[in-house]
Amino acid sequence: MLIDRITEGLRDPELAGRLSRQIHDAATRPLRLMEVCGTHTMAIFRHGIRSLLPAEVELISGPGCPVCVTSAGDIDQIIDLADRPGVILATFGDLLRVPGSDCKNLAEARAEGANVEIVYSPAEALKIAQATDRTVVFPAIGFETTIPVIAATALEARQKGINNFKLLVSHKVVPPALYALLGDPELAVDGLICPGHVSAIIGEKAYEPLAAKFHIPCVIAGFEPMDILSAIYLLVRQIQDGQARVENCYGRVVSREGNPRARAMIEKVFEPCDAQWRGLGAIPGSGLALRPDFSDLDARTAFGLVFHDVPEPKGCRCGEILTGKVKPPQCPLFNTRCTPTRPVGPCMVSSEGTCAAYSKYGGL
Amino acid sequence: MSTKRILLDHGSGGVASRELIETIFLPRLDNPILSRFEDSAVLPASAGRLAFTTDSYVVDPIFFPGGDIGKLAVNGTINDLAMQGATPIGLSLALILEEGFPLADLERLADSIGDAARSSGVPVVTGDTKVVHRGKADKIFITTAGVGMVADGLELSSRLARPGDAVLLSGFFGDHGITIIATRSGLAIQSDIQSDTAPLHNMVAAMLARKENSIRCLRDPTRGGIATVLAEIAEKSQVQINISEEALPLRPGVSTACELLGLDPLYLANEGKCIVIADSASAQDLLAIMRATPEGRDAALIGRVAPLDAGVRKGRVVLRTAIGGTRLIGSLSGEPLPRIC
Ligand code: SF4
Repeated sequence: MLIDRITEGLRDPELAGRLSRQIHDAATRPLRLMEVCGTHTMAIFRHGIRSLLPAEVELISGPGCPVCVTSAGDIDQIIDLADRPGVILATFGDLLRVPGSDCKNLAEARAEGANVEIVYSPAEALKIAQATDRTVVFPAIGFETTIPVIAATALEARQKGINNFKLLVSHKVVPPALYALLGDPELAVDGLICPGHVSAIIGEKAYEPLAAKFHIPCVIAGFEPMDILSAIYLLVRQIQDGQARVENCYGRVVSREGNPRARAMIEKVFEPCDAQWRGLGAIPGSGLALRPDFSDLDARTAFGLVFHDVPEPKGCRCGEILTGKVKPPQCPLFNTRCTPTRPVGPCMVSSEGTCAAYSKYGGL
Repeated sequence: MSTKRILLDHGSGGVASRELIETIFLPRLDNPILSRFEDSAVLPASAGRLAFTTDSYVVDPIFFPGGDIGKLAVNGTINDLAMQGATPIGLSLALILEEGFPLADLERLADSIGDAARSSGVPVVTGDTKVVHRGKADKIFITTAGVGMVADGLELSSRLARPGDAVLLSGFFGDHGITIIATRSGLAIQSDIQSDTAPLHNMVAAMLARKENSIRCLRDPTRGGIATVLAEIAEKSQVQINISEEALPLRPGVSTACELLGLDPLYLANEGKCIVIADSASAQDLLAIMRATPEGRDAALIGRVAPLDAGVRKGRVVLRTAIGGTRLIGSLSGEPLPRIC
């Protein structure tokens, strides 16, 4: 299969050892790199990449998990809809344990009788809609990677005239959040490991103004261990040399231009809006909403929902976790009141979240 | 039968119930104990101790590549007995059917249950059927219980792993979990991947017959996968279990599907595999015994048990990754996976 062939050589222990030694040699002072993307966070844990790095190189996890950054207000709306008779809420599984404002989550709502179905794709949700006369609501959560698929599903629903399929849109886009993060004077990050899949859509060039404005090196990486190690090596080299360029070590998937067709698909269905990020607050232009001519697909319109901004869970330091200021063990709730089975904050909720990864795998 | 679907009458205990059992189940599960139709089955028992287990099956979809909910219910309970070293004697079979469930599907499942019982040599000796209103259950739920005999002196437990022991796995892992998830998500996976549901009692009997004294623990890594079972053993035995990613038998297709779906295969369910912790002096012999059986054809040595490092207080599992890194393996913590068994 395709992936088997592609990954050949990308998991070679000898190559990994060599890269690890090169990173050891290149890093002569302490430096901190942020992996923007949650899938990188998982890959770094899964392959034990930290154990191959010198003590000087610290990896911190950025805001890269779409579920993590979904605000409590959005979750409240999702739970509200799931509770309504005549609605089936079809969702990706990792949303189930995300707490809303009163700490209630979808899993509990389901136990109390809400109609929640776990699906693995929006197409599966559309299929459910075709087989029922109830209204199927799909919470559209995700970054540039997921958005084209959901846009395609919206177009398919329209084309097939499936009127009982609605989207509850909380999409977010990555670049505005990076601007907001990097503008924080307290943020102590020396380089960015930029997401692979998101970059496949937005392209290398999306990072160029960012690298210039904040004088920060950006390297786009794939998800194989060798991709990540190469990116770390390139970042260390740039930082040591005082450079701040965009480099791409995921050329087999990411081009300079990205994927204009996917972007056109997104633009056809969605338009930019301000969005509330859990832990980060409101970021202008960082969200996507359905265009007016797709409002018939909008669950908020269909059910007359209004958004209430709700404060972050008490004691949770997710905001600082996401900006790389603290690590999970520094949060007083970590592994005490907040655990993978009973998460308080979003970073514990997602299996890709920083706190969950720390709790499950430790810092090893 | 005149109707093509299950009606509430079929669970009433009256004529329709009797007819359902007589036309669908008795011919397929036929054995002298079941056909006596008494309130309970009376089984012959040999010397030793009794192992007794029960499990419910709610898998969705009910038919999937490599098996179905019926086969799963028979094999799963046989395996729970086998993991204690028990020789299975008989199973119970209780069905909860949703009103409207197609009789053709019930017949197909009864065929499959009959086949599984016959080929494993473990009869279904007692059973029950109930029907609930449409919407009060999802198609069919099955509960099986099983009894078996354990030889005196045999003790297998997750508490018995010792530093130096070998960790064996009876074959490719993750097949069942990925099959169910892929079937549900409509993801096309390679045709060589299907549920691994299989009874393990014959393989276990062969292992115990020759190596009883070197086996410390047998576990079938169903829900939570091999990661969760290994973490449990490490914790209960207060040891470190070191496993090697390279030694783990994982089909390329399963690995690919996991990448696409963002899943860790170590946490995927298995329905016909077992983890063996054994004295390392016997590891090669045990591998040979396992590999000589169809269920254990692809058995592999996947790791070793080590003492806890100084300062570490809790048992843990350390994976040496393919690229030479290391990481800790935790147990599954309530990931909202769909119904897989
Ligand atoms: S441990 Fe929990 S409460 Fe603390 S920062 Fe992480 S997610 Fe938030």
